[in-house]
Amino acid sequence: MRRLLLAAALALLVAAPAASAACPRTSLGDVEDEVMCPVCGTPLNLAEEAPQADRERAFIQREIDRCRSKSQIKQALVAQYGDRVLALPGDQGDDSIGDVLVYVIPAVAILLAAVAVAFGASRWRRRRKPASTGPPVANKRLDADMERYDL
Amino acid sequence: MRRVLSPIPIAVILGVAALVGLLAYGLSANKPDRGIEHAIAKGERKKAPALDLPRLSGDGRSSLAAMRGKVVVLNFWASWCVPCRKESPLLERWHRRLTRHDGTVLGVDVLDVSSDATAFARQYKLSYPMLKDKGGDTLDDFGVIAYPETFVIDRNGRIAASRRGPVDEAFLRRQVDPLLKERS
Repeated sequence: MRRLLLAAALALLVAAPAASAACPRTSLGDVEDEVMCPVCGTPLNLAEEAPQADRERAFIQREIDRCRSKSQIKQALVAQYGDRVLALPGDQGDDSIGDVLVYVIPAVAILLAAVAVAFGASRWRRRRKPASTGPPVANKRLDADMERYDL
Repeated sequence: MRRVLSPIPIAVILGVAALVGLLAYGLSANKPDRGIEHAIAKGERKKAPALDLPRLSGDGRSSLAAMRGKVVVLNFWASWCVPCRKESPLLERWHRRLTRHDGTVLGVDVLDVSSDATAFARQYKLSYPMLKDKGGDTLDDFGVIAYPETFVIDRNGRIAASRRGPVDEAFLRRQVDPLLKERS
């Protein structure tokens, strides 16, 4: 009897980690920043105190408890809410132009801003140069003044 | 003159204008359609947009077109919507009344988890037909911006009245009763 109990305990010790390894380590936080709250129109992680967002989180948590992986949970969310629940560009799998634009537009905006700053800085420097040397008459007067107060 | 035509500032201005244009387009594209509301305000009855959706039970599909000849109280709702809880028993009472006069309440569950919606319908003992619009695709067609919203549709498939927010007994009596006397 004692041997039997010992064998059962050993079997439990071996089986427990194996079971947890079979369950993918998915957390609510992993999923909620990659999906939308369709009613709020924001990513789920930004939707605070919205009843629809709370229901969606509860749904995700139930799926996590059922040992579903992140991609399986996303598929389940699409089955419930449609493609619009996916927040990441390209996740919807339709290769739309919007998926490309979402990366291109910020890059173009940053490039344009950099060009504008560079252009403005170069113009400002060009304008400042002659001002620092000053007109010849003013320079002469300045030199004379400096000589007068020379210590 | 040379300064004005310099290519870099022109490119920057064009880029900024393009971004502002894109922002303006995004804002205008998200504006809700108020065509139905305006038509009702003018006393006109606009033809209801097509609505063909799977049943909430998962058992086939149903459409507004299939209900032509009936007075339909079309109700957009969701199980997470708090005001929907308040109006559901009233809608159920009206559905029972309407079935005696060749009419029906038709629920459209929007952006909702099916099991939550089914539990809601069970909790409030809702017997009227329920459709599921999982992605909210029909919301723009009807100009729905909040939940619940209800449209009263006459026997010819035209929208006679609408209500943003929960319906009450007075609204249903005022808007539905006259339609029941009309022939298609």
